Amino acid sequence: MKMKNLLLATVGVAFASSAAIADDMTIVSWGGAYSASQNNAYHKPYMAKNPGVKIINDESSAEAVAKLRAMNEAGNVTWDVVDVVAADAMRLCDEGLAEVINPDTELAKAPDGTSAADDFGELLVSECFIPQIVYSTTFGYRTDKVSTPPTDICAVFDLQKYPGKRALEKRAINNVEWALLCDGVPKDQVYDVLSTPAGVDQALAKLGTIKDQVVWWSSGSETPQLLADGEVVMGSTYNGRLFALIEEQKQPVAMLWDAQVFDLDGWIIPKGLSPERLARAKDYIMFATDTQRLADQAKYISYGPARKSSAPLVGKHAELGIEMAPHMPTDPENAKNTFLYNYEWWADNRDDLDGKFQAWLAK
Amino acid sequence: MSEATSNGPVLTQDGVPLKTSLAKALRREKLRAFLLIAPLLVFILITFVLPIGDMLWRSVENGIVRDTIPHTIESLADWDPASGETPGEATFAALHVDLLEATKEKTHTRLGSRLNYEISGASSMFRKTGRRVKKMKDENFKEQFIKVDKKWGDIEYWRTIKQFGPRYTGGYFLNALDAESTAGGVSFKPEDERIYLFLFQRTIFLSVSIMLSCLLLGYPIAFLLANLPVKTSNILMILVLLPFWTSLLVRTSAWKVLLQQQGVINDILVWVGLVNDAGRLVMINNQTGTIIAMTHILLPFMILPLFSVMKTISPTYVRAAKSMGANDWTAFWRVYFPQTIPGIGAGSILAFILSIGFYITPELVGGTSGIFISNRIAYHISSSLNWGLAAALGVMLLVMVIALFYVYDKIVGIDNVKLG
Amino acid sequence: MAALPPYTSTAQRTWHYTFRIICGLIFFFLIFPIIVIVPLSFNSLPFFTFTPEMLSFDPAGYSLKNYADFFTNPDWNNALKNSVTIAPVATLLATSIGTLAAIGLSQSHVPFRSAIMAILISPMIVPLIISAAGMYFFYSRIGLQGTYLGVVLAHAALGTPFVIITVTATLVGFDKSLVRAAANMGADPVTTFFKVQLPLIVPGVISGALFAFITSFDEVVVVLFLGSAGQKTLPWQMFTGLREQISPTILAVATILVAISILLLTTLELLRRRSERLRGIRST
Repeated sequence: MKMKNLLLATVGVAFASSAAIADDMTIVSWGGAYSASQNNAYHKPYMAKNPGVKIINDESSAEAVAKLRAMNEAGNVTWDVVDVVAADAMRLCDEGLAEVINPDTELAKAPDGTSAADDFGELLVSECFIPQIVYSTTFGYRTDKVSTPPTDICAVFDLQKYPGKRALEKRAINNVEWALLCDGVPKDQVYDVLSTPAGVDQALAKLGTIKDQVVWWSSGSETPQLLADGEVVMGSTYNGRLFALIEEQKQPVAMLWDAQVFDLDGWIIPKGLSPERLARAKDYIMFATDTQRLADQAKYISYGPARKSSAPLVGKHAELGIEMAPHMPTDPENAKNTFLYNYEWWADNRDDLDGKFQAWLAK
Repeated sequence: MSEATSNGPVLTQDGVPLKTSLAKALRREKLRAFLLIAPLLVFILITFVLPIGDMLWRSVENGIVRDTIPHTIESLADWDPASGETPGEATFAALHVDLLEATKEKTHTRLGSRLNYEISGASSMFRKTGRRVKKMKDENFKEQFIKVDKKWGDIEYWRTIKQFGPRYTGGYFLNALDAESTAGGVSFKPEDERIYLFLFQRTIFLSVSIMLSCLLLGYPIAFLLANLPVKTSNILMILVLLPFWTSLLVRTSAWKVLLQQQGVINDILVWVGLVNDAGRLVMINNQTGTIIAMTHILLPFMILPLFSVMKTISPTYVRAAKSMGANDWTAFWRVYFPQTIPGIGAGSILAFILSIGFYITPELVGGTSGIFISNRIAYHISSSLNWGLAAALGVMLLVMVIALFYVYDKIVGIDNVKLG
Repeated sequence: MAALPPYTSTAQRTWHYTFRIICGLIFFFLIFPIIVIVPLSFNSLPFFTFTPEMLSFDPAGYSLKNYADFFTNPDWNNALKNSVTIAPVATLLATSIGTLAAIGLSQSHVPFRSAIMAILISPMIVPLIISAAGMYFFYSRIGLQGTYLGVVLAHAALGTPFVIITVTATLVGFDKSLVRAAANMGADPVTTFFKVQLPLIVPGVISGALFAFITSFDEVVVVLFLGSAGQKTLPWQMFTGLREQISPTILAVATILVAISILLLTTLELLRRRSERLRGIRST
């Protein structure tokens, strides 16, 4: 009897948990402070407006392309809205794994009536991609562990003046470009040089000069942790993570904006949703990417809103009460020297260069 | 009559020959045993064996090229890359037909990503061409294609397309062995691109180091436990079993906390004065971290088999040796130690098999120099999306483990696996 | 070993104590990492080491805030909920069909016994990353990737070898004449199973179930690939936590998990004793 009850209870639990899925909307993002800002700016107001919907946060954006491909193969897509970087959005769109969005009918107009297409402008880099923010990958350093504050990206490669460990991302993108910039290659020739085997060797050789002093990270929140623990003296990560470290946790860290690499992050809707789920996802996107919502996100994290009309609405941080504009990567003071990374070039050379980079890393 | 009966087969009470009846009973017994086993067997076959088979299949499957550009592949059949000429107009016309079809379902970019694993630039070549293919005029296809992307005029790209035309390929396995098939046959890749053989080698090296340190630490403990009175050894056994039962992640997080530069061990060393504050030891995110943490995790797997072997060794042998004048060392080395070799074998192979497939601990404490081949497999599944290569590496690792397990089965026997 | 006889030489004496010290150090190595996280989990500051306040036993150095975070943070709550809904179901499935199969395997005439055994034990032998990869590819195809059912089936498959091994071990010592005696007295096979066989193998079944439970409860590699956010378990949350932002809450979770392992270990030990008593094996 006992056994039978237990069995029934377990089956009951199993069904209850599968039945609950009906009104759940799974939104995939990056986790940490970034997810928190989306939760405050988008999810909470959306759920308040639609009491029937429960948003589940999945922090799998880093594996989004792989998982979407697997879901697509199975014909069972469990994600409703996915936050990805522009390069991944292009890849997903290319592979037919993301819905094409019509900015005129499926995105909100700006308050002054400007169409969404004009409001986002050239940031609509793919027809499946609805940009949210402009972010940058840049460096932070411990103010108490350097004698003179670095102002040049090449401080990363200068072990004499700035001894100690550095945190760099465990992949080739950005690192090889920075290495070449600091090895005397002019900004506009970086990709031409990288296209030759000798150029790749040159970049790796430059990185090799600091290799034993590098801690390699694979998740954007590692660098802030390493900086806070004093395990590294400087490290690259997304600028918003450094903002949280500096302004919210008050750690002795400062930004090195030189040669920051701009990138876009935004939403895609996966292909293969049922009509009801697709309609709900589109409704969410319409809501979450309007002018006010994008400006609201900047109250919680220092990423620049992707709409032009949102910029004037960017105000003070929700809790800290400081002006957010000077912390945006797009602020003129911060954007004196920026680097634009070439999506097309990386799409072609990623597999190859990554293999070489990993082989170099392992040795 | 009675004569005949006694010469005939022995009958059971109900008149059936005993032999038949026994055979029937045996059949029934076999059937019952089989019926009891069947649910689990079917379950394991579906949930576990089939997935492994699927992985084997993926490591050689290559239908994407043929399915996406069938006409092109067909027309490449009589093109010889050695001729030094790019294929003719007919092939380009076939490519046009294929790509018109492929762009509808966007499969051409998927093909581009697949071929990009073999030759850089294939990805943009297909993407760019896909955008323009609808606008092409019905003439001079070769010229138009080369105008869209000059790589169409490069013989290397065509050679790759032809080479990966067949439905099945050994290409992933070649890649997994750091080799490639070029115009001149199969050869190793240039030195700076070789990684997998190196990683396999390192996986084996680290696993052997971990196995040896487990043996070094496990042997004295097993010896002590086997020679103490049961009451005491039962209590000390808890110290071995508690780590065994503790979650892998708990133990890994503990080591992460202990080993980091601002962690407990470095703090103690600084406090004692062995190292100064600036010279804190780097014990994590490298091979040292992996070896320490994994030795801790696998040590119980070494101690338990050693203990069960040592438990059966009668103390009389050593006593006899000593009474005949052997000193402690000789008695141990010549008499006791040889009897523990089965335990050493069992424990070592077990520790080695377990460590060779580790993923979580190296990922968390291994940095770049302490990672295993498993981490690379995971990388290809979730980041680079080269599933074929991930599958090929997985198959190679699997073959190694099965071979080792075969040895383990010969030494210990599959049925003698004991737990706890 | 217990006490040294009076005739031992100084060298032997020295070695005897040296050996014990070495063993003590190794035991320390085994147990220290597990013990050390317990006090650290009560740290009132977000550090992973002992603060001066903690070392001077100042109550201000200790707090329960990591535990409070575990029980109030929705991420951890969800993970806990998922772990306790996945593991028991996987355990039930693994134990029921695993026990039947173990009984089947212990019959005297089983065709292809060793081949079947090899297949049934394989989930335990194949490295987890390979199982995870294969299951990820295959379950994606059939639509089980990212579902509760998919994770439960995978975990059950990983747990069955342990059930087979522990139940088979109890059956080895099982006296077959008991079944025959029951049959002689007129009991039908079903009654015999429930009244005679089952009570005797129950300890094996329970310890197999505990192994299956801990396999699922601690498993991270397979669920990492096979699951989606809806199936995020405690170990998965710990793994992300460790790889990304090491929050001290992890230490509180770790301490709770250590307490659970101690509980499991005690249960197993009691079972082992009971089983030995029932089967009349005296511990030597």
